[in-house]
Amino acid sequence: MPVEVTNIVVAGIGGQGVLKGTDILAEVALRAGFDVKKSEIKGMSQRGGSVTGEVRFGPEVYSPMVPTGEADFLLVLEPTQVAPNRHLLRPEGVLMTPAEINADELPNKKAINVALLGVLSAHLPMNEQLWLASLREGFDLSFFEANKQAFLLGRNLRAKANP
Amino acid sequence: MKIESERKLLSGDEAIALAARHAGVALGAGYPGTPSTEILEAFAEYGGRGQWSPNEKVALEVAIGAAFGGARALCTMKHVGLNVASDPLFTAAYTGVTGALVVVTADDPGMASSQNEQDNRRYAVAAALPMLEPSSSQEAYDFVFRAIEISERWKIPVLLRVTTRVCHSYTTVVPRNVPVEVRPGDYSKDIKSRVMIPAHARPAHRRLRQKLAEMLAYNESCDLNFIVPGDRSVGVITSGISYMHVREALPTACVLKLGFTHPLPLDRIKAFVDSVDRCLVIEEGDPYLVDAIRAAGLKVEGKPESFRFGELDVPRVRRIINHDLTPEIPKPTGKPPQLCDACQYRVVFESLRRRDCIVAGDIGCYTLGVLQPFEAMDSCVCMGASLGVGLGLRHVLPEAQARRVVSVIGDSTFMHSGINGLVEMVYNPPPTGHVLVILDNATTAMTGHQEHPGTGRTLSHEPTNRVVMEDLARALGIKRVFVIEPRFGTSEFDQLLGECLDRKELSVIIARRPCILIAKQLKQYAAREEAACECDTKPALCQ
Repeated sequence: MPVEVTNIVVAGIGGQGVLKGTDILAEVALRAGFDVKKSEIKGMSQRGGSVTGEVRFGPEVYSPMVPTGEADFLLVLEPTQVAPNRHLLRPEGVLMTPAEINADELPNKKAINVALLGVLSAHLPMNEQLWLASLREGFDLSFFEANKQAFLLGRNLRAKANP
Repeated sequence: MKIESERKLLSGDEAIALAARHAGVALGAGYPGTPSTEILEAFAEYGGRGQWSPNEKVALEVAIGAAFGGARALCTMKHVGLNVASDPLFTAAYTGVTGALVVVTADDPGMASSQNEQDNRRYAVAAALPMLEPSSSQEAYDFVFRAIEISERWKIPVLLRVTTRVCHSYTTVVPRNVPVEVRPGDYSKDIKSRVMIPAHARPAHRRLRQKLAEMLAYNESCDLNFIVPGDRSVGVITSGISYMHVREALPTACVLKLGFTHPLPLDRIKAFVDSVDRCLVIEEGDPYLVDAIRAAGLKVEGKPESFRFGELDVPRVRRIINHDLTPEIPKPTGKPPQLCDACQYRVVFESLRRRDCIVAGDIGCYTLGVLQPFEAMDSCVCMGASLGVGLGLRHVLPEAQARRVVSVIGDSTFMHSGINGLVEMVYNPPPTGHVLVILDNATTAMTGHQEHPGTGRTLSHEPTNRVVMEDLARALGIKRVFVIEPRFGTSEFDQLLGECLDRKELSVIIARRPCILIAKQLKQYAAREEAACECDTKPALCQ
C-alpha cells in the first residue's frame, strides 16, 4: 500500500458519536484537499451493537476499507471495543482511548469523541482552523463552544505532557 | 491547502440519489432495505419525488408505470427485494419502457444485515437486462446518467447493481453543473409493446434479444469499461468494489475494469486476456465473470471457492493473487445487537418463551428475539414468511404441537407481504386455528425508521391515508382481533396470548406501542399535523 495514505479507525458502540467523529475527520481531510474515503459498519448499531467508522486520506485512495493491520490510528470510545478492533492497527500504530482524557476537564461527557479527535489532530497535517470550521458546521451551533473546548483539550494534551 | 467547494463527500446511495435528481427523474419508488434505504431518502431530501411502496414488487410496478408514461423513473431495493420484484422485472424486459427505468439492486455480500448473500448479477442474465456496476460514489453518480441514456436508447429497464461497500462508503464526487428539469409524462398508446398476451410476447422476446445484441456491440467499445495500463506479466479483470481492492493490492498490474457487465464485451475481454501473460479474474460473490469468460474459451484464473463467501478486501485479494490458501483468521466480532432494554417486544418474547411456543418469525428488529435470553424464534426465512410457515406447521404437526405454533411479524413486514399470508390464514385455516402476533411499533425500525402504509405518513413524514391493520383483519373475516399495549410488569399480554392459544380459532393480536427510539419524532409529526389541521389545508385527513 502506498505510504502516503493515512488510515484511521474510530470504534465504539451505538450512540457514542463514532460516526459523527468520522464525519468531522473526513470533512477536514476533504477540505484540506486530499482524496478521502470513509466507510461505516453500523449494522444494528441502534440496538446497542458495535459501530466502526474508517477514514482513509491521501493523494489517491482506492479501497474504502482499512486493511487489517494497516491502521495508523485507532480511536476507541468504549473500552470494550479495543479488543475487537486492535487487529486493524499496524504494529507501530497509535491507540487512543478515553483514558487519555481527564473526564473532569470535559465540558460534558458526550464530548469524548471530539476530545479524542483533538488528540488525533495533533498527529495529522490539517490545520486547527479546518478542524474548528468543521466542528462549527458539523453540529448544532449551540454545541460549538463545548466542542471547541473538548477538541483543544485533546489537541493540547501532548504539548502539556512534553512542555 | 485550498478548499475545493465543488467536491462533495457522498455515499454511493447519496450519489445515486443526487444523479437521479440532476437527471430529472420524475419518480423514485422502493421499499427500505439495507444497504439501499438511503437512496430514496436522499432523493426526497434533494427535492425529488420519492415514495415507499408496501413492497418491492409494487414499487417496481409503480416505476414501470411512470416509465410507460414517458417519464424517467428510479426503483430501489436490496438484493432480496429483487426476488420479490422479479415477476414484473422479467416481463418489463419484454415490454420495454417509453421513458427511462433504472432499477437499483443493492447486494450485501458478507451479509452485514441480510438473510442471504445472493449475487444479483445473475438476474441480469436471467431477465436479459443490461447491467452497470459502479465502483465508487463518482461512478455511482455518473452511471445513473449512463443507465438512463441506455434505457432511453434501447427502451429497456437497466439494472444498476451496487454492493454494501459502494452504497455505504463515502467517497469524493464532483457533480455535474446541470439545471434540474423533470420531464412530465405524456401517454402514447402502444398495445403490442405493453400488453403481454402470448401473441405480443413472442415477438417481444425476439425484440429483447435483438436489443441485447445491439447493446453488446455498443459495449465492446464502451467507455464504461477501461484498461489501466501496467505490467503485462499479470492482468486482472474486475468490476465493482473489487476494482478498488485490486488497485491497492496490485498497484503495478494491468487491469481491465468492467463497468457495463451485462451483456459482457467478450471480444474486448479476449483482447485483454491475449495481451497479458497471466490473467486473473477478481470478483466478489459468485463466479459470474469468470464462468462467462471461461465459457467463451478463454484461459483465466478465478478465485478459490473459499473466497465466494463474504466480502473481499485488500488482504483477501492479496491472498487470491498469491494462491494463499492458509486458513483466514476470523475477524473478532463486535458487541452483538440485541433488543433495546426498554423495547416492548421483550414482554412478547418473554411470554412466547415461557409458553414454549413454536414461533414462525419474520424479518425486522424482533428477529433478535432469537437471541439469549429469549431464544423465542424458530424460523426466519424471508419477508412475510411467518404467516405461511406458521400455517404449514399447524397443518402437519400433531395437535399438541400445532397448538403451540404462533406467527410473529412486524408492522412494516406485515404491510410488505404479511397481508397475503393473512388471506391464506382465512382461506385455509388449520384445524387447530392459528395465532398471529403483529408487533406494531409504528415504524420500519430495523432499517432506520422508515414510514410504511400503516403509519399514515409518507416517506417524507407528511400525513397521508393510513392502512389500519385491525380493520383489515376484521374485513377479511377474522373475528378475534385484539389490540393491546405490551407493558412491562403486567401479565395482560401473556394472558391474552394464553387465551388465544387455548382456542381452536383464528386470532390476531396487534401488540402496539411506538418504538422508543422515535418517540421524539412522533411528537414532532403530531404537532406538525395538528398545526396543519388548524390551517385547514388537509381537512380530509383531520377527522
